Amino acid sequence: MFIDGKMTTPPARHLLDPQNWVSAYADFLYRYAISRVNNEDQARDLVQETFLAGLQSQRNFAGKSSERTWLTAILKNKIYDVYRKKVNGLKTAEMNDQTGEEPDFFHEDGHWKQEHQPQAFGVDDFDPLANKELNRVLLLCLQKLPALWFSVFTMKHMEDEATEMICKELRLTQANFWVIIHRAKLNLRACLQRNWM
Amino acid sequence: MNELTKVIYNCRKATYLIDKRFIGGITFRETVELRIHLIGCKVCGIYMEQSKRINEMVRQLLKSEKPPEIKLDESFKEALQAQITAEINKN
Repeated sequence: MFIDGKMTTPPARHLLDPQNWVSAYADFLYRYAISRVNNEDQARDLVQETFLAGLQSQRNFAGKSSERTWLTAILKNKIYDVYRKKVNGLKTAEMNDQTGEEPDFFHEDGHWKQEHQPQAFGVDDFDPLANKELNRVLLLCLQKLPALWFSVFTMKHMEDEATEMICKELRLTQANFWVIIHRAKLNLRACLQRNWM
Repeated sequence: MNELTKVIYNCRKATYLIDKRFIGGITFRETVELRIHLIGCKVCGIYMEQSKRINEMVRQLLKSEKPPEIKLDESFKEALQAQITAEINKN
């Protein structure tokens, strides 16, 4: 291989070894899935589907990424399928009507309702490193979000996906997207305030 | 009431702009409106601080390694292994 006239050795090509997949990656993929779908049975099924899909498409493996990265990408696509199915299962009325736990945090004139106003917290209150329990509460609060909000919020904040990509995947308008991001955050924050502070 | 006064006196809109600003960016005009709102509204200031902190927490939650005690049970793994072996031998 020649780059800039110099001889370089090609990078080592990764190989697939499906016999080894379960012992090497099953638990890793399961942990990856469970924090994104929050359902043990579904996470388990996703791991199984990922391996089977991997076997089917071994031919497409170019060897540029590691086996683990490649399998994780397959799993991620499958998780997005789950999100998409959930969203497509909602009727338009339901999509517009998803309010989460709280009907509305604001008065009609746009001011905070007294009981929903954010309360100031101490410096260490929201420090997960200082308290593992906080992560558990955060997960619980995430799970309480309506399916569509959870999907949008996860794709944006955890996976760092581009807004355009999320809108396309979940068939949302940009305006809808920002309303969902906002409502999800309002609910998540309120849930943390109720259960943590 | 024009658009500017609407944001200045409206916490719903202000918090919407706060959340949008963190991940998508808002226009110059919106930035100015939000600034003015935050001068007069302490509660939305608290919201902004907490909203940002929640973004960081959520990000960190998934990036961090999950505890090793979360794993598939052995019988499921054995069945999965058998299934994969069978698939390989089929080809």
